[in-house]
Amino acid sequence: MRTSKRARIWLGVAAIAVVVWALMPVVWIVSLSFKHGDDIDNKQFWPTQWSWDNYKTVFGTDLFTSALRNSLGISLIATTVSVVLAMFAAYAVARLDFPGKRWVLVSALAVSMFPAISIATPLFNLWREIGLYDTWAGLVIPYLALTLPLSMWTLTSFFRQIPRDLEQAAQVDGATTWQAFRRILVPLAAPGVFTTAILAFFIAWNDFVFGITLTSTDKARPVPAALAFFSGASEFQQPTAAIAAASVVVTIPVVVLVMLFQRRIVAGLTGGAVKG
Amino acid sequence: MTAISIQHLTKRYGDFTAVDDVSLEIADGEFMVLVGPSGSGKSTLLRMVVGLEDISDGDLYFGDQRVNDRAPRDRDLAMVFQNYALYPHLTVYENIAFPLRLHKVDGKEVDTKVRKVAEMLELTEFLDRKPANLSGGQRQRVAMGRAVIRDAHAYLFDEPLSNLDAKLRVQVRTQIARLQNQLGTTTVYVTHDQVEAMTLGDRVALLRRGTLQQVGTPRELYERPTNLFVAGFMGSPPMNLLPAEIHPDHLGLPFGDIPFDAARLPASLADEDAIIVGIRPEQLADASLLADEQRRHGATLKGRIDVLEWLGDEQMAYLPFEAPEAIHKQLTELQKELDSESDQTQLIAKLDGASKAREGDEIELWLEPGDLHLFDPAGTQNVTSELKPAA
Repeated sequence: MRTSKRARIWLGVAAIAVVVWALMPVVWIVSLSFKHGDDIDNKQFWPTQWSWDNYKTVFGTDLFTSALRNSLGISLIATTVSVVLAMFAAYAVARLDFPGKRWVLVSALAVSMFPAISIATPLFNLWREIGLYDTWAGLVIPYLALTLPLSMWTLTSFFRQIPRDLEQAAQVDGATTWQAFRRILVPLAAPGVFTTAILAFFIAWNDFVFGITLTSTDKARPVPAALAFFSGASEFQQPTAAIAAASVVVTIPVVVLVMLFQRRIVAGLTGGAVKG
Repeated sequence: MTAISIQHLTKRYGDFTAVDDVSLEIADGEFMVLVGPSGSGKSTLLRMVVGLEDISDGDLYFGDQRVNDRAPRDRDLAMVFQNYALYPHLTVYENIAFPLRLHKVDGKEVDTKVRKVAEMLELTEFLDRKPANLSGGQRQRVAMGRAVIRDAHAYLFDEPLSNLDAKLRVQVRTQIARLQNQLGTTTVYVTHDQVEAMTLGDRVALLRRGTLQQVGTPRELYERPTNLFVAGFMGSPPMNLLPAEIHPDHLGLPFGDIPFDAARLPASLADEDAIIVGIRPEQLADASLLADEQRRHGATLKGRIDVLEWLGDEQMAYLPFEAPEAIHKQLTELQKELDSESDQTQLIAKLDGASKAREGDEIELWLEPGDLHLFDPAGTQNVTSELKPAA
C-alpha cells in the first residue's frame, strides 16, 4: 500500500509538471497579449496593468481581420471537401472489391509523407502560371492534399468497424447502396466523421508553409502567414504584444471546436446494433 | 406471397463449392426449414435467395419470374439476421418503420402499421427506446417486426434464435410458428438445430457440404432417412448406428443377434457381408419391464450399461461397443461432421423412468425388428424400403 500511495503521489507530481510544461508558453502568450504598451520588456510575468489595447489594435487592422476571414473560409472549405471526398473513398476501400485496393491506402500514406516545403516552390511557379496564386482555391487544393490521406485512413477504419450486416439489412429492406450509405453507414460513423473533420481542420488552420508561399496580399493570406507581417505601433517598437493577441484569437476557434465536438466523439454509439 | 423455385443453384468461391447444385421447390405459404451442420451451405443458399450473394450457377424463380440478377431491394423479401442487424442510431419505432420509409409510405399509414406490428410483438412500450437498451429477446422481436411490417413475397430467417438462451429460444420459436400461421407468408428458415427444424418446418431440407441430402416433412426425415447422415442428424439423441454382420438367418450386432432373412436384402447388397443397422434410442426398451408375450415376438440385445442419466420420466443408458476398423472410422467421421465431439462408438437407449437398471449392470434391451433401418456399408443409402417382403 505504501509504495502504491507513493507511486500515486509521484504520478501526480509528474502530471502537474507535464501540464505546467505544456501550458506555460500558452499562459505567457495570454499574459503578453494583455500587457500595456511598454510593459512588454519589463521582465514581469504578469501584466502590471491589464489592457485590451492589443486586441483593439489587432482587430483594427485589415491585415488581421481579412486574414482571419481567409483562414476560416479556406480551412472550412478544405475540411468539408476533404471529409466528403474521404467518406466516398473510405467506403470504397472498406466495402468494395476492386483491383489495387491495397495500393490506394498505401499510396495515400506515401503522399502524406512528402515534406510540405518540398512542393511549395514548384506549386508557387505552377500557381502563378495558371492563375491560382494568391487565391482561396490556390490554398484549398494543397490543403486537400495534406488532409485527404489522414481523413481516408481514419474514416476507413471507422467504416470497417461498422457491421456489414447493417447495410445488408438496409438493402433487403429496400435501400439502394446510396441510401444504405447515407442513412445507415454515415450516421453510425458520425463520431469518426467529426474526429476526422477536426483533425483536417487543424491541419489546414495551422499551416504556415503554403500560407506564406502561395499568397501575397489580403486576398488569400491566412492568419499564420499574416502574423509575420505585423508591425509595431511605432517603427521602434516590436509588435510582440499584437502578435500575442492575434495568436490568442486564432487559438480560440481550435479550443471551441474541441469543446464542441468532444461530446460527439463518444464511443459506444454503435452499441446494440448486433447482439451485445 | 410467392412460391420460390430454386433450380440447380450453385455457389463457388474460387475452387471451393459452398452450394452444389441444389434444387428445391418452396410452395406459396409454406414454411421451409434449411438445416445442416456448420459449413453445410445453408446460410449461403439463403443469401443467394435474398440476393446478398451472387448466384454462380442455376436459376432462381419467384413465381414465374427469374430473379437471378435482381438487386436485394428489388426482390421484395424480408429477412431476420442472425445478429438482428438493428440500426443502433434509430429508435425501435424507426427501426420497424425503416422499410416503409424507404418505400415512401405516407406518415399516417406508417404510424398505424408500426403500432399494429408493435402490438402483435408486444413491443409497444419500447417504441421510443434505442436497440442498445433492449434485451436479447426484445431485439429479436424488433428484427421480426421490421421484417413483417411490409407485405414481402417471403420471410427469410437466418438462425434467428442462436443468440438467445435456451428458455427464451423455446418461447420465440413458438412465437415464430404462431406468426407464420397468422400471416401465411412463404417462409425460409435456416438453422443448425434439428429440434427447431422439426418443430417449425412444414418441410425440412437437410444439407451437407453444399449438397441437398433429403427434403420432406419432419416426419418423413425422421422415419425414413435416406442415408446415414440424415439418420444421424435428425432426432435427439441421434439414431444409433451399429455395424452388423450378415448371416443367412440373422444379423450379428455387437450386442447380440437379430433374426433376419438375408434373402430379403436387395440385389445391390448381395455381395456384402456387413451392413449398418440404425436403431432409434426410443425403440429400445428395458426387457425386464415387458410381458413375456411381447418379448417373444421381438429381439433382444444384451450389454453392460456404462453411464446412466436419469431424467425423471425417462433415462438414457449408454453402452459402448467396438466396431470393425473401417466402420468405426466412418461412424466417428460422421460424428465429427454432425458437430459432436464423441469419438467413441456407443449405443444409446432411452429407457422408461420406471426401469430399475443401474450403471455397471448387464441389461437386456428389447426391440421390434421391423423398426430397424438398414444402410449399405458406405452409408449412402437407406435400403429398408427396398427389402423384399418377408417370406
